Parts: sequence; structure tokens; C-alpha cells
Amino acid sequence: MDWFEMGRWSPYVVGIGIGILSWLTFILSDKPIGCSTAFARTSGMIERLFRGRKVLEKDYYKQFVPEVDWEWMLVLGIILGSFTSAKISGQFHLNWVPASWAAVFGSQAFTRVVVALVGGIMLGFGARWAGGCTSGHGISGTLQLVVSSWLAAVCFFIGGIAAAFFIFHILG
Amino acid sequence: MLTNIHGKKGLQLFLGLGAGFCFGFLLEKGGVTRYDVIVGQLLLKDFTVVKIMLSACVTGMLGVHLLRSLGMAQLHPKPGSLGSSMVGGLIFGLGFATLGYCPGTIAGAVGQGWLDALVGGLAGIIIGAGLFAGVYPRLRQNILAKGDFGDKTIPQVLKVNPWAAVVPVVVLIMLFLYWMEKKGL
Repeated sequence: MDWFEMGRWSPYVVGIGIGILSWLTFILSDKPIGCSTAFARTSGMIERLFRGRKVLEKDYYKQFVPEVDWEWMLVLGIILGSFTSAKISGQFHLNWVPASWAAVFGSQAFTRVVVALVGGIMLGFGARWAGGCTSGHGISGTLQLVVSSWLAAVCFFIGGIAAAFFIFHILG
Repeated sequence: MLTNIHGKKGLQLFLGLGAGFCFGFLLEKGGVTRYDVIVGQLLLKDFTVVKIMLSACVTGMLGVHLLRSLGMAQLHPKPGSLGSSMVGGLIFGLGFATLGYCPGTIAGAVGQGWLDALVGGLAGIIIGAGLFAGVYPRLRQNILAKGDFGDKTIPQVLKVNPWAAVVPVVVLIMLFLYWMEKKGL
């Protein structure tokens, strides 16, 4: 149990654990781990509340039907698993502003939330444009040696490193 | 393959939840549900994210290809094109650095109590995915189709046995991880 109470594990233990988890999802569910379609489906479900069934006729939602599926449950599970881990190790805290953001841009919650919202919009838009995220392309796609996934994963980091340097070294 | 299990919808939803629980537990223990760790990676100061991703990739690659050789699993390669994978990947990268979480780790950040992730980021990702659904019909025949290369895998492109690609890639990634540790990254 001591081990579960630790705040951090070696990145290699965590990485090997995620790799083994991917064997299990391939065997038991015939699915690679991925997260971003859950957000697209959720968006469709919310839009449906306001606009009704005609939302289902959108081309995109014919491909990704707005419903709770395996991947949606996976994302829900991530929240619960992370919460459990954080609770056991005493790392669960309600916080608005991460330390490295606060050090450069101040500790105002409003600024951080607005920037997170804008970042989230780009992330969600980009993930669906690229057809996957850091999980679906970055881990599951690269481990299957898929060409589109290796290209997307490299571009995630090229764009991410460029933007992080711009935000912290030019704006900050 | 366990096709009889794959078809059971209720069971699959439960298995998805269980896999997510383990994934979230591991992400939190790895530290990647924290903005500081993700941004630290993109600023090339903290290499936790790359170490986790590459060791997951190596472990997964060996196991999944073995399962496939044994007839216990099949691959699910995603199709792509320069216009989709590259341009989308770069847009994703901008969001990755601005938000400081990705679609999987943000769920973990919410579980850990990060309110910027819950109120700002999560809402943003849902809005962004919805906006994409709106423009998809216009992008589909245009930029998303540019430089299309389908759902090919590296061994298919090289026309070799999958293991002839798996082994060298695993060796290269392990050498890279060893080099990073040697450099103290």
C-alpha cells in the first residue's frame, strides 16, 4: 500500500504500465486508448439538447454519433482514477492557477481560466482536425507504427514547443 | 480474438471505465496531470512527458505486435494526410502549450482538483470539437484531403514484415531514452 501512497512514480514505471494497459484494451475491447472523440461526442450531445435531432444529420456526427461509448467511459474513468490516486497520496487540492503560470503571469484565476478556455478551443479543434490526440495518435498510434500518428505526434510537439517558447519567453 | 466479449455493449462500457480508471491513476502518479510538468516538457526543462510516452510506446508496440502475430488482436490504424495530420497536429500543439493539458491529461487534472482545467479547459475542448464538427463538411474535400496517405503503417510503406520495423524502432527509442538519462534530462 505504501507504493500507492507515493506522490510520484518513475516515468518508466508509468509508461510501462500504460503500455501493458494498451495490450489489455486491444485484447478485451479491440480498441486502442484514445480520448478526443469523447469530447466531440459530448459537444454533439450538448448541441442536441438545444437543437434537437437534426444535429444527428451533421456529417461529422454521423461518423461520431453523439452517445456515450467505450472511449467516453474511458475519459470518465480517467477522472475517477486520477482522483483516487491523488486522494490516496494526499495530492488532491482545489486550485485555480498552476505555479509556473503564476510565476510569470500572476495568480489571477480569471486570466488563467480565459487562457485555458482559448487553449482548450484550439486543442479540441486541432485534435479533431488531426483525427486524434496525445493518447490516440501519440501513444496508441505510434505503438502501432501508423504513419499518420507519427506525423501528428511530431507536429504536436513542434507546435507545442514553439507556442510554449512564445508564451513564456516572448510574452512572459 | 475474444469477439464474443467485444460485442457485449454493457460490458464494454464497464471495461472502458475500468481502463480509464487505470489510465488516470497512472497519469496522476506520473505527474502529467499537472500543468507545470506539461509546460516544463514543452519548454524542454522537464522530460517526464516524453519518457512516459516513449516507454508506453515501446511496451505497447512489443505486446500489441506479439498479440497480433498470435491472432489475439488486430491493429486499428487511423487514416491521415499532410493536410489533416500535419496541419491539425500543429493547431493541436498551439492549444497544448496554451492550455497546458491534453484531452486525456485534462480529465486527470480535473480529478486532481484543477479548476482551470474544469472551468476553462474542459469547456474549451468541447467547444473546439463542436466548432470542428461545424466546419468539417467544408474542410473534408479540401485541406483534409491534401497529401492523403491513408491508414498505412510504417511496415506497409516499407513493404516489410512488421517485426522488421518493430525491432529497430524499439532499439532506437531505447537508445534515445538511455541517451536522455545519460545527459541528465
